[in-house]
Amino acid sequence: MSLFKAENLAIRFGGIKAVDGVSFDVEQGQVFTIIGPNGAGKTTIFNLVSRIYDATDGRLVFNGEDITRVPPHEIAARGIARTFQNIELFEHASVLQNLLLGRHAHKRTNFVEELLFLPKARRLELDHREAVEKVIDFLDLQPYRDSLIVNLPYGVRKVVEVARALCTEPKLLLLDEPSSGLNVEETEDMAFWIQDIRSLLGITVLMVEHDMSLVSAVSDKVLALNYGRPLAMGTAREVQEHPDVIKAYLGE
Amino acid sequence: MRFIFKTDYAQDLRLFRDEVQRNWYWALLVGLLVLPVLVPDYLIDISLVFIYGLCGLSLMVLAGFTGLVSLGHAAFLGIGAYAHVFFTQDLHLPWLLSVVLSAAITAGAGVVVGLPALRMTGIYLTIATLAFALIIQEVLTHWDGFTNGLLGKAVEKPVIFGYRVGTDLEFYFLCMIFLGGGLWLTRNLLRTPTGRAWVAIRDSEIAAQSMGVNLALYKTIAFAYSAALMGVAGALFSHQIKFLAPDIFNILLSIQFLLMVVVGGLGSLHGAVFGAIFVAMLPVMISEARDTVPVWFGHVFALFGAGDAVQAAVDRFVKQPGLEPGIFGLILVLFILFEPLGIYGRWVKIKVYFSLFPLYKRATFKRQKSYMKSERLR
Repeated sequence: MSLFKAENLAIRFGGIKAVDGVSFDVEQGQVFTIIGPNGAGKTTIFNLVSRIYDATDGRLVFNGEDITRVPPHEIAARGIARTFQNIELFEHASVLQNLLLGRHAHKRTNFVEELLFLPKARRLELDHREAVEKVIDFLDLQPYRDSLIVNLPYGVRKVVEVARALCTEPKLLLLDEPSSGLNVEETEDMAFWIQDIRSLLGITVLMVEHDMSLVSAVSDKVLALNYGRPLAMGTAREVQEHPDVIKAYLGE
Repeated sequence: MRFIFKTDYAQDLRLFRDEVQRNWYWALLVGLLVLPVLVPDYLIDISLVFIYGLCGLSLMVLAGFTGLVSLGHAAFLGIGAYAHVFFTQDLHLPWLLSVVLSAAITAGAGVVVGLPALRMTGIYLTIATLAFALIIQEVLTHWDGFTNGLLGKAVEKPVIFGYRVGTDLEFYFLCMIFLGGGLWLTRNLLRTPTGRAWVAIRDSEIAAQSMGVNLALYKTIAFAYSAALMGVAGALFSHQIKFLAPDIFNILLSIQFLLMVVVGGLGSLHGAVFGAIFVAMLPVMISEARDTVPVWFGHVFALFGAGDAVQAAVDRFVKQPGLEPGIFGLILVLFILFEPLGIYGRWVKIKVYFSLFPLYKRATFKRQKSYMKSERLR
């Protein structure tokens, strides 16, 4: 059974059709990658899935439920977490605080319990911390636990963002260009982590990526887009060799 | 240099970092208990520091932690003050109940202001709160039946559970307790999901939303909580100034509150208190200086045989009516230029200097130029 399904997804900004009739299925446990030239609508699809944009047409189905009209802040609680292309961390907070915010979807305290810091609030805070520490351990972030984000190098921030998404305990993880701005070594690390996230944590990954070595290393299925329309779908190799894809990237 | 070993997750949930820090706060408490003996003439001024501390806390929650800058907080103070006086003197409700009700009413007003705020950001929100403040001031001026208009209203001494808080000393402790309570409650919120959600909204709304933060809800909570603190401060403020008139709660007071959090240091509870000390004590200092500074100048220049002339000139200068706002403005500009982190930022630097002594590096706090700015989604 497919975990996530986009049916005939479309969005228009004025006269521009940013995404136009895109359909795909992501199976449980898959790494599904969307590629395409700049402006192809990859990130727009992500923003549609995380409900920042309202789809003009089409349907999003997650875990058997229609999420096309679910408010954006409920997406995390349903089990979809994401990272951003340009890193949207909380810069003036520590790594730990960033990751704890990732636990927000699992908040079980009400305002009064927090205001008075009742024993229940303390107990749940400790639970959150434990969940966060598991992620820190998983992604080797121990040295940075108390550092402020502004003081961290770009490569580490990228990992922290993945960690924050993992703290929500997602079923589906959306990674928007996980390797952008990383050097070769860091990109390799990222590839290993994506494989671990899939195999050890059992999380399905939907990814937008340009680096074809990373794409071929981790993806089970690849969808190529251009001008918001699907060009080809299949394994990384099939898509790379597809004549339309070659044409879109290299011209005639 | 001190290194803190962390062996337990609960360690990060404590109010104080370690024994040493806790002992410093005990020392501070003892200092505050002894202070009235040292400066008995200034108790009412120091009470104002505590009340302004609550105001600073209120605006810090909104501007410093949630990133919603308000220029209308004097209006909340006014609503709290008038409501409190109405409840205690016209309805004869118990004092504590009246404070709670005033807080509830200002919280309600906060929600009303906060609702349009959900659609506005940055400067537009600030303008909207400014408009709100002006409206409230007009209402306070013209709603004679409730506020007694421009004639004002005398405020009686607080009576708590039959105990009359008659002296300045008792009022000093009353305000101190309220500020301590406000700090504790706010600190609690900041170490639990609500506070983290506020900080998340400040730093990146889009990421906060994707992590499950309901932006509308948490912005409204921030407004309501901030306004409620202002309401409590207003109740105490009414007793501090002893006489309510609508023109007290003017735009300048709102600006002073904003000044407080910026000079104190945005984004820290310490900053709210430092800012309050600064803003509440500066006028006292200036009025002291008015009397003493010309005399000093006179003494110094007497050596050159021009004592009386210089003293008269300096005296004329310090008695200029616009001196106080001028100095406020100057200090604000200097802070923004040289210490954007405010008094708290300077405080942290001094602390780090001594804890690393003699290995302090200036570069530790050097602001890094960032070459990549992300395009935030709106």
